Amino acid sequence: MEAVTRKYKAKDYKSELKPIWCPGCGDYTVLNALTRALAELGLAPEQVAVVSGIGCSSRIPAYTSVYGFHGVHGRALPVATGLKLARPDLTVLVTGGDGDGFSIGGNHFLHACRRNVDLTYIVMDNQVYGMTKGQASPTTAPDWEGSKLTPEGTGINPFQPLVVGLASGANFVARVSSSDPVNMAQIIVEAIRHPGFSLVQVLSPCVTFRPEQAEWRDIVRTAVVDYTDDAARAARRLMTDDGFNVGKVLYKGERPPFRPEFEKTNGSIAELEARFLL
Amino acid sequence: MTVQSVSLVIAGSGGAGVVTAGSLLLDAAANAGWYALMSRSSGPQIRGGEAAAMLRFATEPIMSHDDSFHLLMAIDWENISRFSAEIPLVEASLIVGDPAHGDAPAALLSGKPRQAALPMSEIAGRIENGRPNMVALGAIAALIGLPPEAMQAVVEKNLRRKGQAAIDASMTAFHAGVAAAADLPAIAKLPAVAAASGPRWSITGNEATGLGVIRGGVRFVAAYPITPATEVLEWLAPSLAKVGGVLVQAEDELASINQIIGASYGGVPAMTATSGPGLSLMIESLGLAVAAEVPVVVVDVMRVGPSTGIATKSEQSDLNIAVYGLHGDAPHIVVAPNSVADCLFTTQWAVHLAEAMQTPTLVLSDQAMGQARAIIPRPAELAFIGQRITATAAVEGERYQRYAVTASGVSPMAIPGTAGLTHTADGLEHNEFGTPSSQASDHHTQMDKRSRKLTQFNYGDHWADIEDAEVGAGDTAIITWGSSTGPAREALRRFSDAGGKARLISVRLIAPVQPEKMAAALKGITRAVVVEQSHSGQFHRMLRAFYDLPRETCSLHQAGPLAFGPGRILEQLNTWRA
Repeated sequence: MEAVTRKYKAKDYKSELKPIWCPGCGDYTVLNALTRALAELGLAPEQVAVVSGIGCSSRIPAYTSVYGFHGVHGRALPVATGLKLARPDLTVLVTGGDGDGFSIGGNHFLHACRRNVDLTYIVMDNQVYGMTKGQASPTTAPDWEGSKLTPEGTGINPFQPLVVGLASGANFVARVSSSDPVNMAQIIVEAIRHPGFSLVQVLSPCVTFRPEQAEWRDIVRTAVVDYTDDAARAARRLMTDDGFNVGKVLYKGERPPFRPEFEKTNGSIAELEARFLL
Repeated sequence: MTVQSVSLVIAGSGGAGVVTAGSLLLDAAANAGWYALMSRSSGPQIRGGEAAAMLRFATEPIMSHDDSFHLLMAIDWENISRFSAEIPLVEASLIVGDPAHGDAPAALLSGKPRQAALPMSEIAGRIENGRPNMVALGAIAALIGLPPEAMQAVVEKNLRRKGQAAIDASMTAFHAGVAAAADLPAIAKLPAVAAASGPRWSITGNEATGLGVIRGGVRFVAAYPITPATEVLEWLAPSLAKVGGVLVQAEDELASINQIIGASYGGVPAMTATSGPGLSLMIESLGLAVAAEVPVVVVDVMRVGPSTGIATKSEQSDLNIAVYGLHGDAPHIVVAPNSVADCLFTTQWAVHLAEAMQTPTLVLSDQAMGQARAIIPRPAELAFIGQRITATAAVEGERYQRYAVTASGVSPMAIPGTAGLTHTADGLEHNEFGTPSSQASDHHTQMDKRSRKLTQFNYGDHWADIEDAEVGAGDTAIITWGSSTGPAREALRRFSDAGGKARLISVRLIAPVQPEKMAAALKGITRAVVVEQSHSGQFHRMLRAFYDLPRETCSLHQAGPLAFGPGRILEQLNTWRA
């Protein structure tokens, strides 16, 4: 039905601004998939907001034609939380990278999963800080020696965003690859439709500082199992795979989203003041 | 005429119920038609531990605590020495202690106060379910002239749920205390008041702050608990719900500031309250609100710093971080209430300023005002409701400029949901469309615009409270801010009662500074004393940096939690008079 009566095209959600990304960056296809998903959902651009922090992928809001908020490093999730709670009528998306979301913004990530506000969080994971020119991120392998900051590798195990997301209460978890924008768009559509906090990890290579990631397009494979509503089972799968099973939703939960009501409860300021009157 | 008042402290260890006793006494004083001010001081313990309720009663509104106390009623002596610096006692003062707990500690006796014994625990022991703190209240009531029926009504109201037996036990203990006071030396007594002069409120500074926020139009609050600001948030949670607002507990202060930025970007006026450590965490995002031009209100109920400092006690030492803490040139507003009652006015005004100028506004309250309860004349209705200039419809053929360069510097803000006006609000420097820009010309234009919003705004007379002891205020001024204003007001009044002429300037609008208005206020003034509660004299330095001060200006500053009493300020004024 949507395909026939579609009101918007993907380009209706793109601004005229040219991205600052490097040629070959995975984030281009994420922008394409995101706008394609919005078109499929047929959302009016003014009813959508994209919120981000700092990093290459956090530049996305300005490249869209929806309402955007480009905040400070690591704080996209709280901005989006406040926006969605204040304006439940809006569709609120959050975009960012692995450093923004899991390092400086790590605490907000845990609590956004836990709070389960109806947001869709798209994390472009390239296992590197690109904007600052190539430092290890929380998802970087311990033996990566490509950074001057950690020339002998970090020596510490990478963060497992999806496992941590599941443990913290994310209501929808998926992993996709930037090499398949059609599939990514479909997963983003599902993520937006699913109530509560939806986490989509995108393997989005940084061809500049992690040129070896260009091989990801050949390594990734479509996951063989479909989603489960059992978080423990989903976590077990994630902890035993190699991180390259993509293209499927891994987990869909049924926890109702956190949504405090703004409805007026028959009170007035005069009543509040009356309590102080002697 | 000197303020006719009675000052007393009720002190004791955890479980002695001194704060409860103080609250009952304050309510009873209200019933008697008096005005009252109650501050509290407590140790670091979560529950229990030593506590002191400091009260002052008068037949007219009270500006501050007095220089010393007429009475210290000690339910017991446990750790009371820790308060000795905060409880000045003089020869006319009276310490009443329970002989069952031994003698008064030497630390309390340096001012040579009179001493008397009241066997509170023994008297209470003779009454079924009798409590020593009610015996103490009876004695206090008799000493200061509080009619017993004023307390009867309070006890009935407070213990209604516990039943008549509990009320009777409390009042029996209270009357036993009244009777026992016959053997105690006299202290100052307040006259009975036939009827209070007009309607009065009983309110704390933190409650008044919460009410100001709601009156100003805030309907979204993000909260992270911190002493001594938590009561603002705890009052707001149920109160907001009654007027169609929402309070959300955040995971930390970084989240609470960013949640309110998100909510305000969504068009709902928003605020949070915190104290120094939380403000430190919020600073980066306050800069974001400056750059992205998102109105938010952040209340800092100041406590002793730096670092964790003394969480339960007051200091005016966050002025520097509030004014200068943001990186880059980040024009924003800093205001400060100067009394418990003014917490309402100034916070409501802060919402108005933030919304009108689309910029963050910091409110510097402090523990001394925030956690003080006062009986005050009913505050006036205020016209300040936050009103944001919004863009509501697209103009044919024109691309919307979120950061349009206007004469006032304020750009009409499109709220998400408005068709045709989509844009990205950005902490990156940007051009008038909101498109990120690293060009000097855009930076200069937007800096000028953001600065102009604040400098061209009409703040009216609210930038300061200017009070003359007498018309034609002489050549002497007290310049102060925040909770130091209370003692300064009383010093001014005493000075004037003794025939002196002086002017009080209590600065409410800390930033942006108002040099022209200050110059007008200082016209004819040749001597000034600057009063504040900070170790380094932050306010004095700020005045020196931005204002032309009289040649003879001295600074009275000391670190918290001690405040200058009216007497110390008066001493300075009298030096000049001699």
